[in-house]
Amino acid sequence: MAMLSFEKKYRVRGGTLLGGDLFDFWVGPFYVGFFGVSTIFFATLGTLLIIWGAAMGPTWNPWEINIAPPDLSYGLGMAPLMEGGLWQFITICAIGAFVSWALRQAEIARKLGMGLHVPVAFGFAILAYVTLVVIRPVLLGAWGHGFPYGIFSHLDWVSNVGYQYLHFHYNPAHMLAITFFFTNALALALHGSLILSMTNPQKGEAVKTGEHENTFFRDLVGYSIGALGIHRLGLFLAINAAFWSAVCIVLSGPFWTRGWPEWWNWWLELPFWS
Amino acid sequence: MKFLNRKTVVLAALGASAILAGCEAPPPETIQNGYRGLQMQTNYNPRLLQASLEANVPPDAIPAAAEGGPLAKDVYKNVQVLGNLTVNEFNRLMVALTNWVAPEQGCYYCHVSDGGFEDDGIYTKVTSRRMLEMTQDTNAGWKDHVADTGITCYTCHRGNPVPEYVWTTDPGPGQPTALAPTGQNIASATVAYSSLPYDPFTPFLLQDNDIRVIGDTVLPQGNRRSIKQAEWTYGLMMHMSDALGVNCTYCHNSRSFYSWDQSTPQRTTAWYAIRHVRELNNDYVVPLTEILPDSRKGPLGDVYKVYCTTCHQGAYKPLYGAPMVKDYPSLQGPVPEGGFAALKAAEAAAAEAAAEAAAAVQEEAPPAQAKADMPEAAEPAPEAEAVAADEQAKVEQPAAPEVVAEEEPAEATAEAPAEVTEDAPAQEQPQQYPPRLQYPPPSMMRYPPAPLQYPPAPQTR
Repeated sequence: MAMLSFEKKYRVRGGTLLGGDLFDFWVGPFYVGFFGVSTIFFATLGTLLIIWGAAMGPTWNPWEINIAPPDLSYGLGMAPLMEGGLWQFITICAIGAFVSWALRQAEIARKLGMGLHVPVAFGFAILAYVTLVVIRPVLLGAWGHGFPYGIFSHLDWVSNVGYQYLHFHYNPAHMLAITFFFTNALALALHGSLILSMTNPQKGEAVKTGEHENTFFRDLVGYSIGALGIHRLGLFLAINAAFWSAVCIVLSGPFWTRGWPEWWNWWLELPFWS
Repeated sequence: MKFLNRKTVVLAALGASAILAGCEAPPPETIQNGYRGLQMQTNYNPRLLQASLEANVPPDAIPAAAEGGPLAKDVYKNVQVLGNLTVNEFNRLMVALTNWVAPEQGCYYCHVSDGGFEDDGIYTKVTSRRMLEMTQDTNAGWKDHVADTGITCYTCHRGNPVPEYVWTTDPGPGQPTALAPTGQNIASATVAYSSLPYDPFTPFLLQDNDIRVIGDTVLPQGNRRSIKQAEWTYGLMMHMSDALGVNCTYCHNSRSFYSWDQSTPQRTTAWYAIRHVRELNNDYVVPLTEILPDSRKGPLGDVYKVYCTTCHQGAYKPLYGAPMVKDYPSLQGPVPEGGFAALKAAEAAAAEAAAEAAAAVQEEAPPAQAKADMPEAAEPAPEAEAVAADEQAKVEQPAAPEVVAEEEPAEATAEAPAEVTEDAPAQEQPQQYPPRLQYPPPSMMRYPPAPLQYPPAPQTR
């Protein structure tokens, strides 16, 4: 694959976290590194295990393939391969692949002398996943609390976990997470449309500047967050969406066993307005 | 990271502790009700569960009455329901009843102190007579709901003259006149503090409005019921969950609430339970309206009525399934003519006769008997059955109904779901839009049937 003339300049040695010079090379456009190798390893092994699990299962219908965690009776121990053990191995592979990917991002950032914002941000997505399949199951005392790997089956998991707490929309952290997801979408829509409106002018019009962007929002809502600020805001909203998602599910079960509507009774019990 | 200064950290810590302050400490106790990973599961806070277990212990049974002696109807006057008990059994039950219902008030809660024990001049006596009939009919006729565990007065009363958990039609809080009353949107304890309609009992546990509002087709094909109606159904379901200390997944797989073949067996019990409670309210409780005083009535003048919490009180089985009624045969059903002594004698004779008949049948037709023993033979060898049944019927009458009663629950449980799924929708929605796409399509139901019990520990498999 052809390399752009200036690209060579950025392909510098060093900055690796593990493996020293051993994997410090590129394949085509891709940086490899130790964590590139481990990503490939875990991702391939995990995918093959899923395919093998599907082959052992009753269906090849992609919607219905289901690799479920063990029964609760296995607690935090290992389960036979066909009774949840496969799920345990796939979980290890998934975490291995996700974490490797984040560390590969970190290595590249170190090579370029950048900040570590990208791997940190991705870390919140990993946190949400690990919360679902490791932290919460450990707090609850059984791997069987993790979600099954399958399209319909994981949706059934979500639905049933929600109904275990009668009405999940009363979960305060769930409320926050939803709000952050929606606000995140709003901010991204405003930002994307603003940038396109400046850089894709009508025929014959000049491309507009940052001053136009600021002026548009000052005229509209009296304030412009600015070119850097919008990205801070975007990262803040996105990270919080993932973070509060993790909080809302880790609260459900380990820290609250009843219906979520009932949680709000502290409000009803406050003395001065009830 | 300038914004991560000390103040922020303190604020974040405060926020986190504020959220957790309202919460519980891990780990909870969890019970699997469905296929692994499906998360049909009951969650208990061990502390609250322990408190509930301690609060739901039945009192010790009074020692059985000495056998023999005259019947109550021959000794006492005006004994309408329990007349066929011996005097000893009758008095034992009266003592138990006093302990269960009016331990502080004593006998004179239901008897007129200066009019003799036969006097019906006090409303509590008339009420308790009806309640005794209610208990007997429940234990004898609603085994689909109460099984052989049964109920006694204590199941609801727990030492209170009026059960602690009862309901009356709720007119709701006063509202500004400009607003039409919605029947919802207050954090009501009756619906587990959600904003759902706070009195789902009047429409469903007194009247028999249709609880099932969900469509069973992929696309809306003729189901004209609204989300508003669904909210009433959800209100009732919230009450049931709360009353039993369980959640929606105790009975339903939430991927398909209506589907019987994806639900747990407990849903069948609940189906009967709703009809049972409806009958209790209409046949036993509401007819007492005339004699009950205003102190036993709600703001609209309707009497205190039964709902799930009345007996269950937060337990999935009242008193966590303690089989109280086995110690009180007089509550297991209407007392037979001549009392239990007569019944026992009859039973002994029947057993003897049956044994003889069976022996005779075995000698005469061994192949037929063997066939009947095989589980696949749905229709047990007709000759052998018929002979045995005939012999039994000839020898002794009371034995026959008993056999039927024993067989009934199993049959009914097995048949009920099928009946309900097939018959009910067909009645409600005439086939106007053929062909109907069933949802979920049968091919989507890949989950093996839910285990009935908590799965055994791995090492015991």
